[in-house]
Amino acid sequence: MSPRDYELVKGEDIRDARSGRRKSDPRPRRLLVVQEEARPAVDVFEEDMVMTFPHLVVREAIALVALTLGLVVWSIFANAPLEEIANPLATPNPAKAPWYFLGLQELLHYYPPLVSGIILPGLTILALAVVPYFNVNLTRAPLWATDRRQKLVRLTAAIIAVAALFYVSGASPVWPIIGPTLAVGGLALLPGLIGGERGVLGWLSTRSLAFWIFVWFVVVAVTLTMIGIFFRGPSWSLTLPWVDGVYY
Amino acid sequence: MVSGEVFSTAARPGGFGRRVWRSIVRHGFPDTNRNRSLAVFSNLFLHVHPVKVRVEAIRFTRTFYLGGLAAALFVILTVTGVAVMFYYHPSVPRAYADVKDLEFVVTAGVILRNVHRWAAHAMVAAVFLHMARVFLAGAYRPPREFNWVLGVLLLVATVFLSYTGYLLPWDQLAYWAVTIGTSLAAAVPLVGGDISFLLLGGNQIDENTLLRFYVLHCVVLPLVLTGLFAVHLWRVRKDGGIYLPPEATGRATRVVDGEPTP
Ligand code: HEM
Repeated sequence: MSPRDYELVKGEDIRDARSGRRKSDPRPRRLLVVQEEARPAVDVFEEDMVMTFPHLVVREAIALVALTLGLVVWSIFANAPLEEIANPLATPNPAKAPWYFLGLQELLHYYPPLVSGIILPGLTILALAVVPYFNVNLTRAPLWATDRRQKLVRLTAAIIAVAALFYVSGASPVWPIIGPTLAVGGLALLPGLIGGERGVLGWLSTRSLAFWIFVWFVVVAVTLTMIGIFFRGPSWSLTLPWVDGVYY
Repeated sequence: MVSGEVFSTAARPGGFGRRVWRSIVRHGFPDTNRNRSLAVFSNLFLHVHPVKVRVEAIRFTRTFYLGGLAAALFVILTVTGVAVMFYYHPSVPRAYADVKDLEFVVTAGVILRNVHRWAAHAMVAAVFLHMARVFLAGAYRPPREFNWVLGVLLLVATVFLSYTGYLLPWDQLAYWAVTIGTSLAAAVPLVGGDISFLLLGGNQIDENTLLRFYVLHCVVLPLVLTGLFAVHLWRVRKDGGIYLPPEATGRATRVVDGEPTP
């Protein structure tokens, strides 16, 4: 059944589907609108329900108490850092931002501040915000379900293009991005190359393109941040946390 | 509503204490579905929830309660933050001395500060993980797209809230971490200098900056976050509740606890 089998009826203007002539048929008609895509919010009434009180409220209370307890216990054993009073004349080496900005600070190592501090984070936030408006994979179709060869070519080209972009555009090759790009890209390509229906490969083969792009974003962000937190020391040189400790 | 049953308390037996209790909580012990419903929708704080929820939606592994934990962390941060404010002056060098006092003089001050600090870090992490959970579940898709956008704004607000707090101890860590961030603002083409001046309240990080960050951290951003969160949570309900994948829906209607609903 497709929406074309049904006719749009405006007020009393009822037309014969074949001849297109107006019919003066006052009988009520049933109209059917068939939604093509999978909507996540169809009303499903056939579901097991429980009373919010006590089922949800008790769970929330337990979560809140567990969280509070965990924080207090943690705070008994771990002190928040407090260094010497601020001194504008004594720049520490390294000077690090809070941990959640260390991915960006790592990028500062490769790109000028305008790119690493404004353009890239700005684009990231913009990209995140518009994700749902570009019909990003409403049905979340498995990437490899159709057009396998064409997709293999395109995806490989895209991966190489992204890796190349980050190889040439920075002051030095941006390995913290190139590495995850090749790793995640390789995983995405794997089921397309060698197939597989069961186990890990089977699971990978049912992932959608949107999934892979998001995983790529997360892995890149986490890699950059981890390197910034644990592997950067004085003058942003590479250090090993298990040898030199963690600089912050 | 059946008159005299729920709201009239004067005619009921029981002492003064019971009368006072009933003037506050207008329903009986929540052991019937009716009183359980009243417990939720006659309570300002609980009425953000529907009276009944889907079993599948409150399963821990569905959401890992990450949004709820982020909200709980915000509440903890508000409570500990207000307590810390009683001991803190946003001025140089008093701010640093106040934090030192909190560490060494104020009773349990060090725990108070620790909880505030660690909860702040945890909240940034929880919000990020919540975002990842929502994406991987596919819960950003229509009709929830606007709530996702609200979420992105919440993420930005959370990070700024944490970041403005970072300067307040006025130690070397705070000063230089904020120097790195604010120097980036100056890199914006054309208006970078103006943005930087606006943010710092001058040309360098000094007492003016501390005051600006203090006001942003203690007043402006918490209000922004509270407002965004209110809309966010409201939208979760208006968009049909927690998103459930097709395989988790579609069983026969029944209430699996308490009395059967009429
Ligand atoms: C301060 C930050 C935030 C708080 C306190 C918060 C709170 C919540 C809560 C309590 C829920 C109910 C379900 C759950 O716990 O998963 C929820 C759902 C949701 N959140 Fe957030 N959230 C925040 C940030 C974000 C971010 C950063 C995003 C995405 C960019 C986001 C997008 C969503 C969406 C789309 C839903 C609906 C999920 C569904 O239907 O399954 N939120 N949020």
